[in-house]
Amino acid sequence: MTAPHPTAQRPLVQVRDLKLHFPIYGGFFRRRIGEVKAVDGISFDIYEGETLGIVGESGCGKSTAGRAVLRLYEATEGSVTIDGVDISTLSQEALRKTRPMMQMVFQDPQASLNPRMTVAGIIGEPLDEHTRLSGAEKLARIYELMDAVGLNRDFANRYPHAFSGGQRQRIGIARALALNPRFIVCDEPIAALDVSIQAQVVNLLEELQEKFGLTYMFISHDLSMVRHIADRVAVMYLGKIVEVAPVSRLYDAPLHPYTEALLSAVPEPDPSLEGTKQRIVLKGDVPSPANPPKGCNFCTRCPKVMDLCRTVKPSTVEVAPGHSVACHLINQNGIAGRTGGHEAEHNQTHNQQGEVA
Amino acid sequence: MFTFTMRRLLLAIPTLLFIALVIFLLLELSPGDPMSDMPLTIPPEVRQQMRLALGLGEAWYIRFYKWLYLFSVVEPSHVLANMTGYDWLRVEGQRILSFQTRSPVADIIAQRLPQTLWVVGLSYLFGILVAVPIGIYSAYRQYSWFDQAGTFVSMVGFSLPTFFTGPLLILICSICVGWFPIISDTTLVVDSWANFLKQLRQMAMPVFVLTLYNAAQITRFMRASMLDNLTQDYVRTARAKGMTERIVVLVHVLRNSLIPVVTVIALGIPTIFTGAIITEQVFRVNGLGALLIGAIYGSDIPMVLTLSVVFAILIVLFNLIADILYAVLDPRIRYD
Repeated sequence: MTAPHPTAQRPLVQVRDLKLHFPIYGGFFRRRIGEVKAVDGISFDIYEGETLGIVGESGCGKSTAGRAVLRLYEATEGSVTIDGVDISTLSQEALRKTRPMMQMVFQDPQASLNPRMTVAGIIGEPLDEHTRLSGAEKLARIYELMDAVGLNRDFANRYPHAFSGGQRQRIGIARALALNPRFIVCDEPIAALDVSIQAQVVNLLEELQEKFGLTYMFISHDLSMVRHIADRVAVMYLGKIVEVAPVSRLYDAPLHPYTEALLSAVPEPDPSLEGTKQRIVLKGDVPSPANPPKGCNFCTRCPKVMDLCRTVKPSTVEVAPGHSVACHLINQNGIAGRTGGHEAEHNQTHNQQGEVA
Repeated sequence: MFTFTMRRLLLAIPTLLFIALVIFLLLELSPGDPMSDMPLTIPPEVRQQMRLALGLGEAWYIRFYKWLYLFSVVEPSHVLANMTGYDWLRVEGQRILSFQTRSPVADIIAQRLPQTLWVVGLSYLFGILVAVPIGIYSAYRQYSWFDQAGTFVSMVGFSLPTFFTGPLLILICSICVGWFPIISDTTLVVDSWANFLKQLRQMAMPVFVLTLYNAAQITRFMRASMLDNLTQDYVRTARAKGMTERIVVLVHVLRNSLIPVVTVIALGIPTIFTGAIITEQVFRVNGLGALLIGAIYGSDIPMVLTLSVVFAILIVLFNLIADILYAVLDPRIRYD
């Protein structure tokens, strides 16, 4: 966890107020009757060579955010600048030409590989499109990539179905690396893998980062894995980023009540400690992103909810260098808001047991 | 793959024997008599003589065995001899004779086959050529006006039976406007441009009716299969690679979508040979469908039996071809 000092470096990726609203059509004439606010105004920077972890529960918009950053979905609003190029305004053709710079490792290693293409075809296809290599050069590059991700060269002419999950993810990684990208979005790359394979793939990603100087946006719901790989972590809830902080700071001293609850849910490997661990159990379900609450998105489940939270959306405040939080508890009193949080406890209807301060 | 094909071909033999036996017994049990359209003035003993001359005097299992021998040995030898021109291939002796015409069944089928192949085969080909692009574009622009219109037309083609669209077309194009003849002239020999034009005109309506019907089905398959694949993750991967939209749709998606469509098309090919019985009746195309219907009306047992078993062979064969195509196109499927 050697978090590089963020301000010392140049941001490679700058995301500003990114919104992605999926329209809902309904009624007899299939008119637009609403929208799912999958990503609702997120802003963050990713510095060169670092890994930004994005965590949050299912349906919070993590994957959508990752795809919108690479413009695999057309964003509703906001801008994404990668290496000085604002990709949100590029034409389709110009965007296609910038694709080699930014790549993605997908969640489902089975479905994300074309079943009718061999491994060599999958890895080599972007080379056909974006480079002018001869056949022999291309094959050499394919073998080089297969070596880099630890795949046996003899498997180049096999189809994806003949591989195990971990091997398929290696193919996906080799494919992403083919054009020497600078920025890779890893969309839950280990979620579909066996636990014993997860560590291998994460270590491979770290190795490749070191070797090729890659910048990662690492999306995951596995908090311990994010702690291992990320330099900074952004916590998402219902389409918004509620807290961003360097990894050690976030895990040791979370400020947002949602982050606290999320971290308290991480299993404790030591069974004797596991029994004494007190969890913050959130009541209820995540509200529908088609109809988010009026005030703070988390106000329906927050154990420290105040009246203010139900009416006014909190703004994001930087409480320390590189540590931003969107919560009224912080906004009111600055960093001292944490004590304010405890004072506000008597306002709660359901007093949650075991708030770990 | 080779052992799989051999195994399936060998397994097809008992299947076909069983099918032939069932059809034979069904015909045996069905009411109707090949003598029934002979004049009532023929005395009973002469009638009996005629029955014996047709070979109806023997027990059913002997007749079935004899038919089986002729069907599997004698007739193929004649077909082969006619196709290759080597006369020494012929197995001399009795042939399967039609009760109605007293000429060999195989010869009649050979006469009728071109009519059916031209009309039904051409409409199947046109159906595929029309359906595949429409299906691709409909799926790519799902819920667009093009898709809505295509869905409407294919639903119409799907749900309107050919015995409705056929007469409707005759009413509009032949009777009101007078563009096309109502009845196909089967004796027409295409030896000049004028006759060729005439042939085109008389084929136009039956081909159109059957094209609409075939295209409707294949369009739906193509569209559904494309939609299935367009939402797959590997399509997003292809876009993330920065491939052009053309390559994404026509290489990645189309190749995967064609797997089920090609097998459906292969499974449908036997219907070209069985002929469109109804459409052939409506437009008086003298093809295999019309032949089968006529033979059933006339209790022409050898003809019905032979035709049905030929159709059964085609269906079994194209099922096997569809299975093999599936394995050729989809690397995930391996037999053996």
